[in-house]
Amino acid sequence: MNRRNFIQSSAVLGGGLLISFTIPQANKLAALSQPTATSGFTPNAFLNIGADNTITVTLSHVEMGQGIWTTLPMLIAEELDVDLKKIIVKHGGPDKALNHTVFGVQITGGSSTTWSEFDRYRYAGATARIMLMQAASKKSGTDLKDCKAENGIVIAGKNKYTYGELAADAALLPIPERPQLKKPAEWKYIGKGNKRLDASVKTNGSAVFGMDIKLPGLLTAVVAHAPVFGGKVKSFDSTKAMLVPGVKQVVQIPTGVAVIAEHYYAAQQGKKVLSVVWEDGIGAQLSTVKQAAEYKKLAATDGLTAQKKGDAAAGISKSAKVYKAEYVFPYLAHAAMEPLNCTVRIDGDGCEIWTGTQLPAAEQASAAKILGFAPEKVKVNIPFLGGGFGRRATPVTDFVSEAVHIAKNSGKSIKMVWSREDDMKGGHYRPFFVHNVQVGLNSEGLPVAWKHNIVGQSIMQAATPAFGAPKTPIDSTSVEGVMGSPYLTQVPDHFVGLHNTEEVVPVLWYRSVGHTHTAYVMETMIDELAKSSGQDPVAYRQRLLADHPRHLAALNLVAEKGEWKKTLPKGRFKGIAVNEAFGSFVAVLAEVSIADGQVRVHKIDCAIDCGLAVNPDGVKAQTESGIVFGLTMALYGELTLEKGKLQQNNFYDYRIARMHESPEINVFIVDSNEKMGGAGECSVPPTAPAIVNAIFTATGKRIYNLPIANHKLIQQ
Amino acid sequence: MEKLTLTVNGLAREVNVDPNMPLLWVLRDLLGLTGTKFGCGVAQCGACTVHVNGEALRSCVTKVSRAVGQQIITIEALSENNDHPLQLAWAELDVPQCGYCQSGQLMSAAVLLREKPNPTDQDIDDAMSGNICRCGTYPRIRAAIHKAAKMQQEGVKP
Repeated sequence: MNRRNFIQSSAVLGGGLLISFTIPQANKLAALSQPTATSGFTPNAFLNIGADNTITVTLSHVEMGQGIWTTLPMLIAEELDVDLKKIIVKHGGPDKALNHTVFGVQITGGSSTTWSEFDRYRYAGATARIMLMQAASKKSGTDLKDCKAENGIVIAGKNKYTYGELAADAALLPIPERPQLKKPAEWKYIGKGNKRLDASVKTNGSAVFGMDIKLPGLLTAVVAHAPVFGGKVKSFDSTKAMLVPGVKQVVQIPTGVAVIAEHYYAAQQGKKVLSVVWEDGIGAQLSTVKQAAEYKKLAATDGLTAQKKGDAAAGISKSAKVYKAEYVFPYLAHAAMEPLNCTVRIDGDGCEIWTGTQLPAAEQASAAKILGFAPEKVKVNIPFLGGGFGRRATPVTDFVSEAVHIAKNSGKSIKMVWSREDDMKGGHYRPFFVHNVQVGLNSEGLPVAWKHNIVGQSIMQAATPAFGAPKTPIDSTSVEGVMGSPYLTQVPDHFVGLHNTEEVVPVLWYRSVGHTHTAYVMETMIDELAKSSGQDPVAYRQRLLADHPRHLAALNLVAEKGEWKKTLPKGRFKGIAVNEAFGSFVAVLAEVSIADGQVRVHKIDCAIDCGLAVNPDGVKAQTESGIVFGLTMALYGELTLEKGKLQQNNFYDYRIARMHESPEINVFIVDSNEKMGGAGECSVPPTAPAIVNAIFTATGKRIYNLPIANHKLIQQ
Repeated sequence: MEKLTLTVNGLAREVNVDPNMPLLWVLRDLLGLTGTKFGCGVAQCGACTVHVNGEALRSCVTKVSRAVGQQIITIEALSENNDHPLQLAWAELDVPQCGYCQSGQLMSAAVLLREKPNPTDQDIDDAMSGNICRCGTYPRIRAAIHKAAKMQQEGVKP
């Protein structure tokens, strides 16, 4: 199933409707065979109730900052009726029972965890509660209708039993199909303020990330990678490296040469004196300047048809006024704070892996293939992820495969650790994209013809190992946000075309994927059209979005809360943008000033309509997070290549927004009963366009290529 | 290789190391104190921040030999029971997201709060701009520092 299908399915299934699924049992036999005091009651793959009253929730998705370590247990706590704070939470490993309810594979991504699990986790809790009540009813001889489950206790007539006391009996009962769920008015956790269950371990250093795995005799491996994308090892000499105290072994692997040592420092010292001769290959021909020129040339021609209505070219030729623009977007690295790493221990015919991954089953399958093991012989343990943003959902399993090769070729238990430079130069970037847009306006300044060509590498093509080959050459992740744009629906003559390119640089989804560039183009172009025809950017959008109530709701709320109509003090300027992504609608109002040739973002107001906000403060936290991510992308995000070599190295030349650049952020949640959408990625797309639209008001300059830092800004 | 004695979180620890080895890797790989994080290796991100004689130091670029005879405090010993006003404020305001950078953020903030018990936004910018958070928790970090300052004034002891 490709991502386009995900989105189509989710559009149908995402809302308050019942998602068709079965609640998988952890193990059918275990539930029906002899339960013991230690195994407790495991009514499904997501929940275990111990005889000692411990309640353990297994997550089908992974925690990488987005807060599902709290949100998924909330859903079970709600229906099971237990104290959320007492729940023990753990990540599930590869397990078909934990497959995504819509996407069909085990993945954390697409801002989908909460809406896709909203029913399944609630039913997981409700099922257990009814079984516990049935067990209490039987045990006490009380009629079921006189039994009540509340806060971890079943009150059966005059008898009271803790859930733990009932666990063994409940485990012997048949599992009910569709128990009654609580009504929204009865909710204690859903829609209310709930503190993160992982906050405390993340403030005293005790939270365990992949980087922190400790095993007896574990060695650290670092890798010398080809300096040019697609390069290969021709030969290497490990003599000097082996002389470094602490270095144990040097082994060749398909992607380079690994130095294995007692600790990271020794391994790095060994890598420094390792001598490798590389075969560069065709990657050496790739340079950013050349790539931009080629893509621009392509973008001036019509690509494969993604969306078409009427005759765009004819419409433009008879328009009253025509606007043309060419946009360029660089490759971007996710640069999660925890550099990529993976620990591997091979023991006879079994293998155990510890790594922060968004795609556990894909990692398992790759490791099994490399080792010639059956997949079930590979155990994947998932600690906390020190950020993901898509980089830890790599269908080609680059870093895990690399670590498995090192363990296999060395015969050692190793923790492979990438340096920041390895992480930055390791590829799997947001693709380089060029857009060519022509818009014809009528005498009222409204778009009547729109011709739009997009050029870039296909992410879904790169995702084939985990998701199968794309069924259509139109990769929705390249065109989403232009294709299906609410602005285009009423443009009688329009065309959206796509040129898929192929490069040696691997590409991947990056927080908000195609919307990182498409929202920028659409929202800056609409702003340009509004301002060039002398219209207020909010009023202009309101007119074009009249039939799109959720866009309007977000736009109107941010315009009201951010006081769009109020005149700002001298030297302050504002800009606005609105976008739909991952089923949620987000509008951003940015307030900026210009000094020393650069922009300063002072304040961001943001409104989001994600349907029911299951954990409202979590939605706010993610929205803030996406805004700062979008700010970094807008201000600084840029990777460049020269002769196949990435020019950036570390945070000094791939800058990330810091505390002093972080604006005041106010998030407003639209009170909405509409279909549920996501939260993790949805505020990234409108942030950059809102900022540059404010920059235009300040400077009269339109920015057609990011990042902003490349442009000298002068206030008018 | 040299035998060095370090004072880490109040305990004397003996290590046999290359004196040029960064303190970060001594803490993490030799002493098992993994709360201090590796983010960049070049003092750009602050994830490795520890206290050396009360100063916030980037342990990834600090040679272990320089830390001999000094009081080294890591996140594991910022407080005894996870109850430093900053830790309480961090949890209260749900600051952490992925959490990877937060040890460093807290260690930087602790020095700020000791030096400036009632920090302004400008003080926070100055003290905290060396710590990157890719999840963008800056607004909450700022709010939590202000909250911790208030808690400290109300008698919560670091």
